[in-house]
Amino acid sequence: MAHHTHISGSRDIQMARSMCWHCQSEMSGEYFCERCVKVQPVSKETDYFTCLGLPRRLTIDQSKLEAKFYELSRAFHPDFYQNKSEAEQTISLGNAATLNTAYRTLRDPIQRAEYLLDLEAGSVKEIRTSPPSDLFEEILELQETMEAYRASDRASQAGRELRAQLIAEQEALERRKHDMEQQLQRLFTDWDTLQDRGDAGAPARAERDRLLKQMRDILSNRTYVKNIVNDLVATIG
Amino acid sequence: MARIVGIDLGTTNSLVAYMKDGKPCVIPGRSGRSMVPSVVAMTDNGLIVGDPAKEHLTRSPDRTVYSVKRFMGKGLADVQGELAYFPYSLTEKGGVIRIKLGEKTYSPPQISAMILKELKQRAEAHLGESITKAVITVPAYFNDSQRQATKDAGLIAGLEVLRIINEPTAASLAYGLQEKTQGTIAVYDFGGGTFDISILKLKNGIFEVLATNGDTHLGGDDLDRRIADLLLHEIRAAHRIDLNAYPDHMQALRLEAERAKIHLSDSLKTQIAIDLPDGKGRYTRELTRDQLEVLVMDIIERTLAPCRMALKDAGLTPADIDEIVLVGGSTRMPLVRQRVQELFGKQPHWDLNPDEVVALGAAVQADILSGGTTDMLLLDVTPLSLGIETMGGVMSSVIRRNTTIPASAKEMFTTYVDGQTGVDIHILQGERELAKDNRSLARFRLKVPPLPAGVPRIEVTFLIDANGILNVKASDMRTGQSQSVEVKPSYGLSDGEVERMIEDSFKFAQEDVTARKLIEARLEAGALITTTEKSLSEGSRLIAPDTLASIRAAVAALASAKDGNDPKAIRARMADLEQAAQPLSVAMIDDSLKRSLQGKKVTEVT
Repeated sequence: MAHHTHISGSRDIQMARSMCWHCQSEMSGEYFCERCVKVQPVSKETDYFTCLGLPRRLTIDQSKLEAKFYELSRAFHPDFYQNKSEAEQTISLGNAATLNTAYRTLRDPIQRAEYLLDLEAGSVKEIRTSPPSDLFEEILELQETMEAYRASDRASQAGRELRAQLIAEQEALERRKHDMEQQLQRLFTDWDTLQDRGDAGAPARAERDRLLKQMRDILSNRTYVKNIVNDLVATIG
Repeated sequence: MARIVGIDLGTTNSLVAYMKDGKPCVIPGRSGRSMVPSVVAMTDNGLIVGDPAKEHLTRSPDRTVYSVKRFMGKGLADVQGELAYFPYSLTEKGGVIRIKLGEKTYSPPQISAMILKELKQRAEAHLGESITKAVITVPAYFNDSQRQATKDAGLIAGLEVLRIINEPTAASLAYGLQEKTQGTIAVYDFGGGTFDISILKLKNGIFEVLATNGDTHLGGDDLDRRIADLLLHEIRAAHRIDLNAYPDHMQALRLEAERAKIHLSDSLKTQIAIDLPDGKGRYTRELTRDQLEVLVMDIIERTLAPCRMALKDAGLTPADIDEIVLVGGSTRMPLVRQRVQELFGKQPHWDLNPDEVVALGAAVQADILSGGTTDMLLLDVTPLSLGIETMGGVMSSVIRRNTTIPASAKEMFTTYVDGQTGVDIHILQGERELAKDNRSLARFRLKVPPLPAGVPRIEVTFLIDANGILNVKASDMRTGQSQSVEVKPSYGLSDGEVERMIEDSFKFAQEDVTARKLIEARLEAGALITTTEKSLSEGSRLIAPDTLASIRAAVAALASAKDGNDPKAIRARMADLEQAAQPLSVAMIDDSLKRSLQGKKVTEVT
């Protein structure tokens, strides 16, 4: 054991995690101890892609995702732990909740991309409070129109005109949102291609950073536009 | 593992079912009827439940509780608008409605527990074993407080509630088991007091709920009220009588309205007759199906908005739905079937009895939990968004509606003031923006070490379990220590109260047993006195005068014990009499033997 003394504390924790909580034997199975067959907690370090057995890519096979989700649901769901010990029931509940979050996140392309950005760039979701620069004037004008509409007599000529204006604006914004989603789709493909190449060189790293930044910008602009559209829908009624 | 039964605790009727040889079946009562009316009456001889209690609806309306499910997990203010419809009086204590029955008040979980006990006893009598575990169904759109109240009712009834499951999803399990259906189905569940719509995807034994919606205050009761209101109005106009002042007549009116509604599902017209109070004769009228449909059209329309919402949340259009299943007694109404068919553009089906299908599904879920059925798995969702109140009285969503359960979310909390030692957290459920427009579930106070503002980091985990019930945990991220969170429910019984109610329920059970023993002892004592007197009239000449006197004394002693309230004393006097009458019976047997032997040869006797 002497040669192990240099191992840091965090390494010790990782070692502990690779042991079965119940029989302390080394874990070789994925979620079940091969020796005592007890369910193992999904580690906090396990990302959702790993949890659902998928490569860290932005285009995924939905049917494969669903099949894995169903398979793991059968493995973890509390329904199947009613006759087990309290410790196993607690693990089953925690694992099932984690699995459900993982599936919900990866199933939706936007949430999937946001999650991947968090993993890759290690930062929280950026919440935009002011409009993107290319939309700045348009949004300011729209806010004014909405104010005017809220203050107007809806049945009057002016009210009806403002309403028509808002509806047209809503359609324009939804088109813009759709464009952004198409742009994102292209970036997703670029990202996956880059990952598949497995290139660790400097140009590849620069390309990676560029893609991450572009995706992040479009995602936050899209969220902003989506919120404005929601506001519009609520105002128009 | 001990047997687990499935229970449908309904607004109007309740049922219990179990899995028999891989098939769910409903347990009938002695009369052969599978449904127990969800009615509890307080009589002079104690509490009674079900069919016999239903008879008391018109006899003692102020002491007979029906539709108690409408009050589960609610405060008095929630039902203010409909108080006039209920002949029993309601109060509130600690955010929980209390129902006054004679001298005592009962919480809705206590009343529900009496119905559950009846079902428990029914199952025990049928299966010949003690039943302590159950799966109980609730409307899918029930919030946390209503689910918790249902769980409390189970505890009070002496049942461990292993799972609370949603009624429409339970129904889908019963259908899925029967037909091995695959594809996307919509379950339209219109019951006595609640409406639910659930959209599910069925694939290889997995029942994944995609979206659910509903209205926990919309059901057959509301249809009955429309008819009752029409009759009330007409009686007032024609006879100048306000039946509202006569609770017994109001109940008769309500039952007549319900009967007429049910009759109009099969017939085009029905005759309505109501006896008027104070010998003022009878009010009669004909009601046609067309008239009924005009009366209730808007109520049925109100079920369609949740259907559209559920479709939207599931990301589907009506054309994506492969099958529509109808559940609940109110779906027997032709107009309901017609509107559902128009919305989905498909003929709905109701192959299984809509009254029984939920209980059958609960039995299937019970079998899954006990390890019997292993190929089916239900993945349900939480019907309402869960959130916390943030600055400015706004609700911040923590777990969104239609999230698959179990579901968990973590939130980090800190302090705004130096040395602050607590953070108050208000948990809400609902879809509205402002906290005050949503349902308040509970409040709790996080304990925080006194530190400069912003330094403490307390992580709170909100976990919605497979029952759709919230659990809260908190831990200090700086020390890694977890703290217990004492959540004070806004509309629920405290743990202490539930415990007291469990004790009370045992006490009631004891009182019930004593009462039953007394009744039985009195009956048997009466029978013994009758037979003894018959023997005396025939055989008093066969015994000595002092024996005769002691028998007569024992009869008198038993007769006076029978008028008392002590079953033990009655039993003791019965034993005395039996002993005293012993010489009489012996003498009578000898006498009859002697007579039968007369004139016969000795050889014939041996």
